[in-house]
Amino acid sequence: MRKVFVVGVGMTRIGRHFDKDLKSLFAEAALRAIDDARGASPQALVVGNMLSSSLYQQDNLGALLADYIGLRGVGALKVEAACGSGGFAVAMGYTLVAAGLYDVVLVGGVEKMSDYPTPTVSAALAQAADAEYEVVYGASFPALNALAMRLYMESYGASREEMAAWPVRMHEYAYQNPYAQLRFRITLDDVLKAPVVADPITLLDSAPIGDGAAALVLASEDVARKLSDAPVEIAGVGLGSDSVDVSTRFDILDPLSVRKAAEQAYRRAGVEPKDIEIAEVHDAFTITGLLSLEGLGLAPRGEAAKLVAEGAFAKGDRPEVNLSGGLKARGHPVGATGVYQVAEIALQMRGEFPGVKASSPEVGLAQTTGGVLASTSVIILRR
Amino acid sequence: MKTMRISPARIWRERGTRYRLEASRCRKCGRVYYPPKTVCPACGSRDMERIRLPERGRLLTWAVEYTVPEGFRRYAPIILGLVEFDNGARVLAPIADARPEELRRGMVVEAVLRRVYEDGNEGVIVYGVKFVPVEE
Repeated sequence: MRKVFVVGVGMTRIGRHFDKDLKSLFAEAALRAIDDARGASPQALVVGNMLSSSLYQQDNLGALLADYIGLRGVGALKVEAACGSGGFAVAMGYTLVAAGLYDVVLVGGVEKMSDYPTPTVSAALAQAADAEYEVVYGASFPALNALAMRLYMESYGASREEMAAWPVRMHEYAYQNPYAQLRFRITLDDVLKAPVVADPITLLDSAPIGDGAAALVLASEDVARKLSDAPVEIAGVGLGSDSVDVSTRFDILDPLSVRKAAEQAYRRAGVEPKDIEIAEVHDAFTITGLLSLEGLGLAPRGEAAKLVAEGAFAKGDRPEVNLSGGLKARGHPVGATGVYQVAEIALQMRGEFPGVKASSPEVGLAQTTGGVLASTSVIILRR
Repeated sequence: MKTMRISPARIWRERGTRYRLEASRCRKCGRVYYPPKTVCPACGSRDMERIRLPERGRLLTWAVEYTVPEGFRRYAPIILGLVEFDNGARVLAPIADARPEELRRGMVVEAVLRRVYEDGNEGVIVYGVKFVPVEE
């Protein structure tokens, strides 16, 4: 396996881009990443995306997007793992370079979600759940996560107020991130009084619906030095899965897919949870973020909510988590999210992140998941 | 995107699991799964038998869904419950005939056959299992 480096990053602001379609959003991020890598010429394209098929009746996304950004002729494919598609796309791009098939690979993530009313988008997102045994009953994605949130609060005695500390912090960070979708501050009271989406989950426990694209240029070691003064190494990648149906989980409060992916990524990078200085974790809902922290070994089981409420994982702590504002407030254009996370950590390591800055981290971690913590990727980066 | 497309073959295939709550039980380690699995996710055994779940179980956790996917608007709010049985299996299904404030962890619920949704005014009516609270 060869070493792989991030040598270029590009992102679009996340929001409701009524003037841009899927292709132009993608092009904006992809061309920025190529420019950032001194005009590199990618030899392959990997795209993370979830909803192009269900919302836009568009498959064959790899070739479509490659051609649109001037890469006609290169091999291109889409990677789908529901809301975790972006992280899996990074893993796939990493593999192509590490295996020696290509020296320069473009990895992008793109999602266009704002064209349709919420129930339509909600139905498309619900395709991440089990169609025959969950979706058939009208189960929404927030409702499936609400099952876990209620169980978490009852099992560990976590209060609604403790749970609300997370979204408040995410909005504070996103307020300072020019790429974020929800750039406003909220209070604890706002979370408690927000409209209920699927009790106990409120609107302010949930990531917003938005459009966005992010891209990375990945390169092998010898090429990386030519394309960047500050290449960031992808030091370890791990992938994991769990049952898509919530009902047959061994333990609903033990995020198996996160644990499995993290164990591999830590081992391959030669690090432990205590070595992680900065992390971007998957907080599509408050409960998802908390269970992710526990599955990654960053918080003991059952204690993430309490620790967050006490100020852990904030700017200045170790690790500093979701300085971007997280899925909650930076936004969650689902198939692009995992690519945003890696781009953000790479920018933090270069000292160029335009929002809340980390304290010059050497080791960082990005984790995304699809479904109710069913498909997880963990990517460890090193400066 | 509409609600799940209905195909007679699909409904027919699922008749055992959907309407009779058939689960799979691992003959090696004894764990029970609903929906059924072909290989035991816990011990890896392929020696799985079909069993019917009991009709009564206990409510483990639930969500009260106000924002519902397209096609379910007239059924909102949907109470989605996770019901646990004595053999360890769980079933995810709507809770009917109950108000959200009456629900509590551990309450006994019973399976009933109910209408899940209708595919338009002249379309097929889809039935499925829901759970209702039982007087103790």
